[in-house]
Amino acid sequence: MNHASLREQVIAIGRRSATRTLRQRGLLAFPVIFPLILFAINGSALSAATRIPHFPTHNYRDFLIAMPFVQGALFISTTAGVDLARDIESGFFNRLALTPLRGGALMLGQLAGPAILGAIQSVVYLLVGLATGVTFVSGVGGALVLLVLSILIAFGFASLGGLLALRLGNGEAVQGIFPLLFVTLFLSSSSLPRNLIKATWFRDIATYNPVSYLLEGLRSLVITGWNAQALELAFGFALGLTAITMTLSNGAMKSRLARR
Amino acid sequence: MSDPAPAIDVHELVREFRKGPRAVDGIDLQVAPGEIYGFLGPNGAGKSTTVLILTTLLPPTSGHATVGGYDIVKQGARVRESIGAALQEAALDPILTGREHLHLQAALQGLPKAVRKQRTDELLERVGLTEAADRRVGGYSGGMKRRLDLALALVHQPRILFLDEPTTGLDPQSRAALWEEVARLAHDEGMTVFLTTQYLEEADALADRIGIIDRGKIVAEGTPAQLKAEIGSPSVEVRPADPGSSERLAGMLEQFGKTHRDGRGSVTVQLPGGEAELAEVVRVLDQHDLRVETLQLHQPSLDDVFLAKTGRKLEGAGAQ
Repeated sequence: MNHASLREQVIAIGRRSATRTLRQRGLLAFPVIFPLILFAINGSALSAATRIPHFPTHNYRDFLIAMPFVQGALFISTTAGVDLARDIESGFFNRLALTPLRGGALMLGQLAGPAILGAIQSVVYLLVGLATGVTFVSGVGGALVLLVLSILIAFGFASLGGLLALRLGNGEAVQGIFPLLFVTLFLSSSSLPRNLIKATWFRDIATYNPVSYLLEGLRSLVITGWNAQALELAFGFALGLTAITMTLSNGAMKSRLARR
Repeated sequence: MSDPAPAIDVHELVREFRKGPRAVDGIDLQVAPGEIYGFLGPNGAGKSTTVLILTTLLPPTSGHATVGGYDIVKQGARVRESIGAALQEAALDPILTGREHLHLQAALQGLPKAVRKQRTDELLERVGLTEAADRRVGGYSGGMKRRLDLALALVHQPRILFLDEPTTGLDPQSRAALWEEVARLAHDEGMTVFLTTQYLEEADALADRIGIIDRGKIVAEGTPAQLKAEIGSPSVEVRPADPGSSERLAGMLEQFGKTHRDGRGSVTVQLPGGEAELAEVVRVLDQHDLRVETLQLHQPSLDDVFLAKTGRKLEGAGAQ
């Protein structure tokens, strides 16, 4: 009996995931458009924040542009989670479980679609940012690093969505968790630098909230140039999120498959 | 010459769900290589749970089973290599085409790239989906989905095929086409088929042997002819013109044997003396001046077997 290699299995599952994503245009539109609407509203309504002493930039959009990238990644976590949960509910997961498919290959392949979605939306946010006057202190290289980081963040949140799907096994339940994830964005340094947040409780939460560091890593490329510490923290949290959720997903996958 | 080892061998298989009854309650069965085994029972009888256990998707609570000679608990991967399965719901991705499904399955089953296209085309043709191959499955009819499901189960040329209620919800034409293909697989290719169904005529037409399952237990097993011969005598079903007189009718017919009433007021009784007793039944009804809407003589059927073994008719006997 022939056995597909891990690479072949990841490619096969990844091709399906990518095909599904690209054929569902509605799925592409919402996570891209909604963060841009918020970017437009906040960029206009909160622009006076730049007059606060020690605000790090004169153009609030330079500060705010990091937010759509993380917000879009949060949407992707739901998309990825619901997609996998639907497979579990429909029995498609059982079909895959009857093949020699490895659990790790399923998770990795399953994230191909969300990764593509992450890449598409990141490019759109970048172009919209540039078109509305956002300038990169770190130059073209910084813009490219921002794209890589934002795709990695999308990948990390997508694997979190996958983990939730494996644990909950139900699309509605996964969607129900989304508002909780979304709150983490607003309880972060998404609208103001942490050192300028007056309310102590808010500042403390933002300091302990990893989302702040994802935002600050992305933002540093726009407004401060090559800031090694900010980038290390952002890449570290994104990789850490991916590593932790993938490890937990492997365990959840084993109990979900329940095959012997 | 000794009998070949069974393709499926099950001993005292039990599956308990938390806070629920035993879905599978100590069943024993053997299926010979190349045999079509019909697993007949109402909804909730334990058919699908048995299939999930035998295909390694659900661990048993206790008991022992081998499939293709491999232990379902200790050698799950070997079992999965030996089997194909089309489970109760045709679990397909509505966004993908039929061809893409087969390519995915072929890749995951480890078929060499050079073989995948050929095998895909061959299976599409066999199940009559060549023309629809590049359409999204979301637009397929129920029959087309079932045929694709069967093709997916056959991609890696398994020795044993599990079909869980493969024709539920299909129109008669699609059902007949699927029966024909299943019979061909068993008789021409020597594939062992474990088929669950709630349709008597399906089990009767397709299966070499039948196991009747009710509330997790096998209540009868044998060839269709053996099972019917066990019943031996025909039965008569009488429906009174006034459904309210069903109880009085049952009282009249009790002199012939144990009566069974259905929800529509009909009363069925077996005639141990054969068709000759029909005249006596009519005389009794006439004597009591009971008006009858219909009176039907039934030759022994699998439904009679089910009735005799469980006290209920298969139709509408789903677990409450």
